[in-house]
Amino acid sequence: MRDDLTAPVVAAHPVGMRASGFQPRFIGVLGLVSFVGIIAAIEVLARSGTIGPLSFPAPSAIGQALYQLAISEQLAKHLGASLSRLAVGWSAGVTAGIIAGIAIGTWTGARSIGLPWVAAISSIPKIALLPMFIIWFGIGEGSKIATIAFGTFFPTVVNTYGGVDDVSRTLIRMGQSFGLSKWAILRKIVFPGALPAILSAFRISATVGIILLVAAEMVSAEYGIGAYVLQQQSLFQLDRLMAGVVVLMILGLMIYGLIALLERWLLRWR
Amino acid sequence: MQLQLRDIGHAYGALPVLDGVSMTVEAGEILGIIGPSGCGKSTLLAIAGGLLKPSRGSVSTTGVPPAGCLNALTYVFQDFALLPWRTVEGNVRLGLEPHGLSAADMRGRVELVLAQTKLGDFRAAFPRQLSGGMRQRVGIARALAVRPAVLLMDEPLSALDAQTRLLLMDEFATLFATSNTTVIYVTHNLSEAARLCHRVIALSRRPGRVKEIVGIGEADDISLVEALLWSIIRDEAAAADRELIDAR
Ligand SMILES: Nc1ncnc2c1ncn2[C@@H]1O[C@H](COP(=O)(O)OP(=O)(O)O)[C@@H](O)[C@H]1O
Ligand SMILES: [Mg+2]
Repeated sequence: MRDDLTAPVVAAHPVGMRASGFQPRFIGVLGLVSFVGIIAAIEVLARSGTIGPLSFPAPSAIGQALYQLAISEQLAKHLGASLSRLAVGWSAGVTAGIIAGIAIGTWTGARSIGLPWVAAISSIPKIALLPMFIIWFGIGEGSKIATIAFGTFFPTVVNTYGGVDDVSRTLIRMGQSFGLSKWAILRKIVFPGALPAILSAFRISATVGIILLVAAEMVSAEYGIGAYVLQQQSLFQLDRLMAGVVVLMILGLMIYGLIALLERWLLRWR
Repeated sequence: MQLQLRDIGHAYGALPVLDGVSMTVEAGEILGIIGPSGCGKSTLLAIAGGLLKPSRGSVSTTGVPPAGCLNALTYVFQDFALLPWRTVEGNVRLGLEPHGLSAADMRGRVELVLAQTKLGDFRAAFPRQLSGGMRQRVGIARALAVRPAVLLMDEPLSALDAQTRLLLMDEFATLFATSNTTVIYVTHNLSEAARLCHRVIALSRRPGRVKEIVGIGEADDISLVEALLWSIIRDEAAAADRELIDAR
């Protein structure tokens, strides 16, 4: 072994580092710049006449229309109608979905009967059932709420039972070994263990719910964001039409934000 | 309280795992179970604790559990089995919750075991914030809180690194000596068995049978005991190593 470490060695080659992996980062400013940039570009194109007013309205016109919509009582009426349908339909679908998902995840009977049905019905585009629901529940609120409830039920079931399946069997055996009742195990181990999956189901089902809401409102409704967008289309009011779309966008963002807050609070143990 | 296993046999489907194992655990005894991996140690412990119905044989207890015992046969798990969404204190409380204790009794038990396991400063921490050693201390605290008649420990140190294992082994030795608990201690680590146990049952390779029972005296040289255990288990381990883990 060489002990004279300071003596010159034949041509040393430094070892290059080559395993930094992929490290994507999120740079907020860049996102904002692209957002503002694209809106500004559309504005310029619209004002210069490159994009005709019958193709796409200028962002400033959309903003103006949005402002007018907001200060008239129209927004409150349309948004109120939409939100109440969404709230009722979504809560019903998600509550039933969580219960069914936990049943499928914990009970052989529910699993054997439920899984084939879930698989078969999941693939139906739920809006196709709206005509049926209109016959059953009438053209009013009932059919819209039923469509939303039905559509949000299935993704919730699938996510929930997947979450229950992923709860460690050891934890359940642990609960049993301490003499916890079945109900206590469901409440203290299975449900909290499946909660991350349930919360991610909230996100999926909120998206599904908004899609079905707007579609159902376009089929038949006096008030509702979907109805508003359709009315503006028939009047060729593209700026107002887009204002309605922007309202939906903001609604979606707010729901995502709320769910993120809920996750941060309920899953703070992660 | 005394725990007896009589002629226990078990098969998972067509795979025989235990064949005619009998043993008695005396009150206050630390009984070790060693054997090559896959020989049915965990299965035997699950049967002893009433978590698994054996294909044949019976498990019974005689005598009365100690005062304040809420769960006579209580497990400590290899991978800790802590609820990640509960704090240290919440995890310790879990086993007490089904019993409708008074708030004072509950607090008294929790404080006592947190002190015994040196977890007092960590009561509000979540499992993910703890080292492996600390997590297993929580597992021990949760088990001690119900004042078990028999503590069933399934390789409680196997998920820990070597230094932490030595550290906890010392703590176990003190805890066992001071708290006068009865323990079935399953391990594949012969120095744990030699150091902690009063008596060690060596199982053969699968299907597990009692191969030999070794008593360990206070004065015995631990490294000699370890060497003796190795000489008993060695051929079984070598043969087990050359079998399919899963014959399906
Ligand atoms: N639930 C189970 N179903 C089928 N086979 C199992 C089950 N649990 C354990 N086994 C098999 O039984 C044998 C003994 O398992 P186990 O009692 O865990 O052994 P040990 O704890 O001694 O390593 C192993 O071969 C294992 O693969
Ligand atoms: Mg094992």
